[in-house]
Amino acid sequence: MLNATYIALIPLLPLAGFLLLGLFGRKYFKNSSGIIATIILLVATVLAIYTAYTYFFEVGKVHGVYQKLIPLKYTWLEFSKGVSIDMGILLDPITCMMLVVITFVSLMVHIYSLAYMKGEERFATYYSFLGLFTFSMLALVISSNIFQIYIFWELVGVSSFLLIGFYYDKPSAVAACKKAFIVTRFADLGFLIGILMLSFYSGTLDFNTLIERLTSPGSTELSTALSSSFLGISALTWAMILVFIGAAGKSAMFPLQIWLPDAMEGPTPVSALIHAATMVVAGVFLVARLFPIFALSAPEALQLVAYVGAISAFLAAIIACTQTDIKRVLAFSTISQIGYMMFALGVSKYGGENGLGYTASMFHLFTHAMFKALLFLGAGSIIHFIHSNEMKDMGGLRKLLPITHITFLVACLAISGIPPFAGFFSKEEILLAAWQQNTIIYWIGLLTSGLTAFYMFRLYFGIFWSKAPSLSDSAHRKHHGEGGFAMMLPLVLLAIGAAAAGFIPFGNFVSSDGKVLESEFHLQLSIAPVTFGLIGIFIAMWLYKKQNDKPDKIAASINGLYKLAWNKFYFDELYIFLTKKIIFNLIAKPAAWFDKNVVDGLINATGNTTQFISKKIKGVQSGKVQQYAAYFLVAAIAIAVLFIYWWK
Amino acid sequence: MNLSLLILIPLITAAAVLLMRNKQQVKWVALVGTAIQLALALVLLFAYRNEVASGNTNQFLFQQQYEWFPSWHISFHLGVDGISVVMVLLTSLVVIAGVLVSWNIEKMTKEFYFLLILLSIGAYGFFLSLDLFILFFFLEIAVIPKYLLIGIWGSGKKEYAANKLALMLMGGSALVLVGLLGVYFSSEVRTFDLIKLSHLNIPVNIQMICFPLLFVGFGVFTALFPFHTWVPDGHSSAPTAGSMFLAGISMKLGGYGCLRVATYLMPEGAKQYANIIIVLSTIAILYGAFATMMQKDLKYMNAYSSVSHVGFVLFGIGMLTKTAMTGAVIQMVSHGLMTALFFAVIGMIYERTHTRQVNEMGGLLKVMPFITTLLFIVGLCSLGLPGLSGFVAEITVFMGAWEHPDAFHRIATILACMSIVVTAVYILRAVSRTAMGSVKESFAHITDAKWNERLAAIILIAGILAIGVAPFWINDLIKPGAEIIMQKIMLVP
Repeated sequence: MLNATYIALIPLLPLAGFLLLGLFGRKYFKNSSGIIATIILLVATVLAIYTAYTYFFEVGKVHGVYQKLIPLKYTWLEFSKGVSIDMGILLDPITCMMLVVITFVSLMVHIYSLAYMKGEERFATYYSFLGLFTFSMLALVISSNIFQIYIFWELVGVSSFLLIGFYYDKPSAVAACKKAFIVTRFADLGFLIGILMLSFYSGTLDFNTLIERLTSPGSTELSTALSSSFLGISALTWAMILVFIGAAGKSAMFPLQIWLPDAMEGPTPVSALIHAATMVVAGVFLVARLFPIFALSAPEALQLVAYVGAISAFLAAIIACTQTDIKRVLAFSTISQIGYMMFALGVSKYGGENGLGYTASMFHLFTHAMFKALLFLGAGSIIHFIHSNEMKDMGGLRKLLPITHITFLVACLAISGIPPFAGFFSKEEILLAAWQQNTIIYWIGLLTSGLTAFYMFRLYFGIFWSKAPSLSDSAHRKHHGEGGFAMMLPLVLLAIGAAAAGFIPFGNFVSSDGKVLESEFHLQLSIAPVTFGLIGIFIAMWLYKKQNDKPDKIAASINGLYKLAWNKFYFDELYIFLTKKIIFNLIAKPAAWFDKNVVDGLINATGNTTQFISKKIKGVQSGKVQQYAAYFLVAAIAIAVLFIYWWK
Repeated sequence: MNLSLLILIPLITAAAVLLMRNKQQVKWVALVGTAIQLALALVLLFAYRNEVASGNTNQFLFQQQYEWFPSWHISFHLGVDGISVVMVLLTSLVVIAGVLVSWNIEKMTKEFYFLLILLSIGAYGFFLSLDLFILFFFLEIAVIPKYLLIGIWGSGKKEYAANKLALMLMGGSALVLVGLLGVYFSSEVRTFDLIKLSHLNIPVNIQMICFPLLFVGFGVFTALFPFHTWVPDGHSSAPTAGSMFLAGISMKLGGYGCLRVATYLMPEGAKQYANIIIVLSTIAILYGAFATMMQKDLKYMNAYSSVSHVGFVLFGIGMLTKTAMTGAVIQMVSHGLMTALFFAVIGMIYERTHTRQVNEMGGLLKVMPFITTLLFIVGLCSLGLPGLSGFVAEITVFMGAWEHPDAFHRIATILACMSIVVTAVYILRAVSRTAMGSVKESFAHITDAKWNERLAAIILIAGILAIGVAPFWINDLIKPGAEIIMQKIMLVP
């Protein structure tokens, strides 16, 4: 049987770690903080796996359908009857999957950081922030209440902010952490208003009740939400679009993707955990959590999800082909892969065979977490060795970093969708779902998979082949090594995941309606993506395996497009224009000026006028009796005249 | 629980401060006095909860009444409901923190502490009074010491700021006085008693005149747009503890008055003028936030951001729903704690760097981690991070505001919601420029917080966390009070 205490401990343990290390780490656990945090997380991981196992194989299934269990719920803040923020645990297949993914990747990152962050002055602070993030992320996925998810949504945002800005004396890191927070905050504004709308129409904030009321045909809540409309679109669809804006912000979908590449300023293990495997997929998770409402009651909003996902997948892949900073390539690749997950959800229907996209999306989320975390940790070990992020400083590293090389290759094959690695299975399923529902999106997805293979192997060949390693690097290797056991163990474990995770029969566990989804394997449909992937790999090999001038020539021949992609389609410039020129110069500056000069000016004017008048009339009380007599006389005459002429 | 104690103890403390011989004694007497007061406020909180839990359904508990001017029907009438209890608690927290951060005041220490404690007497009396005359009396007590605090211990354009603040607040209280007299003479009974007045229905035509008088009068204290301009100048010139009191407590006197006196006694007036209140407070929220973006002085920044945050108090009241009103009160408490902490932190930074300009700082995280961590916490609270009190207050206001289905309220609420983004922008700008980046050479040897500063900060943060992590207790306290006010408004056709 499932004990709620154990589940509650999964997020609470990292929280305890955060408090312990945050309050006392600097003083008492300067060197042991890493070990403490890692042990705490190991326990949490075991509990998460235990919970998932119990759920999937013992308690979760009733009459062949996975249930949404709520083993724990406390009222946190009650607004009115039935409308309250609860702190609770909602267990369903995607929660259990996320619990395992988050704790596992986080554990890998904790272990990896033991070596990677060694010697860092704020070692304890680093681990306490990791604990805060892991806590918030775990609490986010177990949320039973839409406001609970918003609360932890904000908290993961702030932990991401703290970790991106970890090297706070670097101006670029400071700018990046601000940007990440503000862009996602802007998106959260949409999420917040969406929640307000949903709570207004459904009269609840509880996920299960909310979904039930807004999907069962004939319920009064649903009919009012559908009948009131704005600009020809129903209120419910607007609410779901607003919620999706929040999701798109967190998941760095176009046009809110601008913060993610800059977020790479954070320590590399953090990028692996937050900006690749867990936090950025929170948007996908949110759409999946509310999927029944999207699919059954707001299909237009779901269409939007599909197209935003597809466009993000494609554009990010193009940009990734031109970037030279290896972490930025991986960041754009993350956007692209999350785009896959989004459009898979977007093309999915609720229930049965047509719900394949939902399963595929969650499957890809799972496999992506493995291979993308692996890619980032691999990149970390390269950066650790070379002390640079730029591809031009690398080359021929396969002999110097053998374990990194092999694991990186596994991850590249996985993300490129080459069988039998994990990415192949999930991507194949996504494309199958797209093929069944929306041909345009299928072709975009297919083309993107070719681009994915190309930019990943451009990276791979550029780092590990290309030129011969420089002599200084070889000398470096002798006394530096590859980073030690703590860095290699996570790479190997994740590589095993990236290689083998595809064989999990995902449809048995995760599906849109909780029933088992028998996914068939379509050989003819898997030929196309694999071919595209192989073509991408061969082009990359031809261009980058040996150092030559072909890439530059090609770049020159498509100069305009290349420049456009290299500059990330000028999205950053657009945002700078909007914020600096419009909001700053046209709103904030005039507001401050208006306040200082007009509003306060009026107040001062009142004061000055009073002073002026009193100065003028203060001579009246002079104490001279003759003057008083004169005033008296004038006033008496004036009053007399008044009486005579006006008072009739 | 004897409520007069809450006024008596600070009175004794003030007298004792005057009798002390040297600075050391003055400080310790003030600290002990305010600590006893904090303990009393906590006792009040638990006594009130026990009383309610044991089934006492009276609106005001622990009432005490002494005749004062029988011929004018003025009596010294005290009593508390949940709203007053949390306001008293807020006051006691801010006062003790204010005493602690002023530990190193060299100039006229005795007088300084005397005035601080006098101010707190005004605030306690105001929150406890059930008689409008007494309430007004305490309101005035809370104004005059501010003039001296800024004029004597202030900095910058202190004479100008002190004059401006005192005159504007006096103007506000003049309006309040006229409104109160209008209410007094409106009824046959001629009474200043809040409970009696609430049962008499004040004639609608009187309400139409007196409600705006009282609301604007109290509104000046709460930075009602466009009467908010005393806030930036007043705060930035005041000494640290002065700013903490000003923003933490006195601005809340106005909010409390708007709710307890204006809205409670005159539901028809409230309903009539609600939309104007919403428009003005929405302007204050957004416009204040945008104006904050342009401030380079930390104190000015927090003062303008206070205008924006306190806008939520009036916004919540103007929405006239139980939830929004509860949110307004939570926002009063939350903002009181948060802004007191913010000013305390700014004071600590100023004492060490001798500047308040964000451009002249940088990298302070390296040299004073404790203080800058405080700055982070208070900044995050200001931008409404869950887990800290600001979030709870804002969300409650938003949820309450959204209960109105019409376009006017919706648009106002969406505009108010937008402030969460603007707030994030200015907070992160200020915090990152102050705390992050590389540290200046001249700041390399400054020291971190001392025990008194740490203690003050911990006290305030405890309050912020108590609301932010477990908001149900404050919600349970405030909601019945808001409900009674709402019941009268619901009866209005």
